[in-house]
Amino acid sequence: MENLLELRDVSKAYRVGGLLSRIFVNAIEDIQLELKAGEILSLVGESGCGKTTTGKVAVGLIKPTRGKVLYKGKDIWSMKKHEFKDYRKDVQMIHQDPYSSLNPVLTVYQILSSPLFRHSIVQNKEQAISKIEELLELVDLTPPEQYISKYPHQLSGGERQRVVIARTLTLNPKLIVADEPVSMIDVSLRASILNILLDLKEKFGVSYIYITHDLLTAKYFSKDYRLAIMYLGGIVEMGRTDKTIMDPIHPYTKALLSALPEPDPKVTRSKKTMQLRSLDVPSLLRVPEGCRFHPRCPFFKEGVCDKERPRLVEVEKDRFVACFLYES
Amino acid sequence: MKVSRLTQILSIRGLSVEYLTPRGNLKAVRNVNLDVEKGETLFLVGESGAGKSTLGLTILKLLPERAARIISGKVLFLEGERNLDVTELKGEGLRRFRWKNISMVFQGAMNSLNPIMRIRDQLYDVIQAHGMKISKKEAYERMKSLLDMVKLESDRILGSYPHQLSGGMRQRVMIAMSLLLDPKIIILDEPTTALDVLTQKNIMNVLKEIKSRLNLTMIFITHDLSLAAEMADRIAIMYAGTIVEIGEVNQIFYHPRHPYTAALLKSVPRLSSEIESIESIPGSPPDMINPPKGCKFHPRCPYKHEICMLEEPLLKEVEKNHYTACWMDNDGKSP
Repeated sequence: MENLLELRDVSKAYRVGGLLSRIFVNAIEDIQLELKAGEILSLVGESGCGKTTTGKVAVGLIKPTRGKVLYKGKDIWSMKKHEFKDYRKDVQMIHQDPYSSLNPVLTVYQILSSPLFRHSIVQNKEQAISKIEELLELVDLTPPEQYISKYPHQLSGGERQRVVIARTLTLNPKLIVADEPVSMIDVSLRASILNILLDLKEKFGVSYIYITHDLLTAKYFSKDYRLAIMYLGGIVEMGRTDKTIMDPIHPYTKALLSALPEPDPKVTRSKKTMQLRSLDVPSLLRVPEGCRFHPRCPFFKEGVCDKERPRLVEVEKDRFVACFLYES
Repeated sequence: MKVSRLTQILSIRGLSVEYLTPRGNLKAVRNVNLDVEKGETLFLVGESGAGKSTLGLTILKLLPERAARIISGKVLFLEGERNLDVTELKGEGLRRFRWKNISMVFQGAMNSLNPIMRIRDQLYDVIQAHGMKISKKEAYERMKSLLDMVKLESDRILGSYPHQLSGGMRQRVMIAMSLLLDPKIIILDEPTTALDVLTQKNIMNVLKEIKSRLNLTMIFITHDLSLAAEMADRIAIMYAGTIVEIGEVNQIFYHPRHPYTAALLKSVPRLSSEIESIESIPGSPPDMINPPKGCKFHPRCPYKHEICMLEEPLLKEVEKNHYTACWMDNDGKSP
């Protein structure tokens, strides 16, 4: 099957320290990933690992410094204008903070009707209202009459995030990049947001890139699909979600899983935490030479891991890892 | 894990706190009764707006004076024969009480260090401000031993400025600082949010070690059930300003009695279990300016009866050390 989206050796460098500075940091470096239609890929990593940058590159909000972003096989940065417009319509993003991603002076009707009119999906107010009611029902804001004329401040965090989801749906997207969509939502309401997103996949075949620092929700969201673990700007391991979690192969993934607290006292208290050589995460300004993880890795081999950066290679079917331990 | 009923160190009785808002009074903490045992690790778990942070602040009388009011109740600090009601402390007495008896590490505490002072000077400030009568040399010895205890290289850290340290290191400095005056209780409000998993684990290990070494009492405030599963001896579940269930960690996780606790546990995904789907709790938390009558959870509760809408249940012992505030447990049925 053809790839819906492909990032081909994508890097993005940011200038730090003012316009004239010559210091650049690579927020992401040589990211390679593919997504097929109807698939879900979770990007998991700690803050600063480049997962959000990767998401923004995927939706075309950031132009990469190097590498290509292909949508349905076409490079988005050399597309014709109308092709680019279609791509933008097809690929939508949900941001983390539902408190700042809705205009506070617009009602739910105004927020949702503007993209509908702009893209000529509806012609008049009656059509707009019936389309919006349909969308609100999809995201479980029922009865829709109760929500359509409300302002964002009259809604709870969970309700706002549903309006945000409804807004992305106005354009019938093929791919949604969801960047920490539940991290600011109360624990007891997170499941409903994730379940709504999963329902949309069932109903409309939407694909997802799910960006999170939380392995527990990633495991739930991309259960039957794939997971990529990022560290300091690179993907260190990628594979089927269940396999990656039950039997991680990269030392960083292993360390992460061994330290992750779980909501089950017996499970979490019987974990054996993997000891690292150093607890400090290196700064992005001084990303280690060779393997990014080598200063902390307990399996560090001098002269190997600190010389060359390991490539992400397929070690068994659909399992990729960037580590010299597995390179023959 | 068994909680040995040793001696009480803190007893909160009938505590209610309100915030004054333009729309009316917000009932942040309502009739909380809570006994804390010496040497235990107690978790206050709840979602945003459940009143857990307000409760933590009230224990140290740190509420904003104009905006908040203690409506009723006492916070008794029990030491030997003395009973000290924190809510009645004022001025110098209050200042001497804080930090010396109970100290607090705040949410995002690592950002509350002064950026232009060396760690050494900030720690020394605390010692001076609280009138600890020791020589400068003794003070440095104390700082060093505490920094060692939180697994920091004391010599390097003392001479550093905050920006030279990572988030996890700064958080450990804050923990060391909170221990300077040798408090009996330390309250930690979301001590590890915003830290990555590996750093978080490290801080938890440091805290466990300190606790057993100093026989400290720890009160954690968090929304994170995983953290509670890992660290807690006892857990108090808060909802709409009050404790709806309290018990030992295994009782809460494996035999929850309150429908809210049970639903909350079903709403979090797990890594290594067969539980395939998670469910949200329908509806949303009540508006605490105009809370519903009766049990505050009834609008979202699948088991509600007539009485739940009329009268609020009080905490009732359902097994040893395990209390829940639910009408169903009056006739012995659990959700």
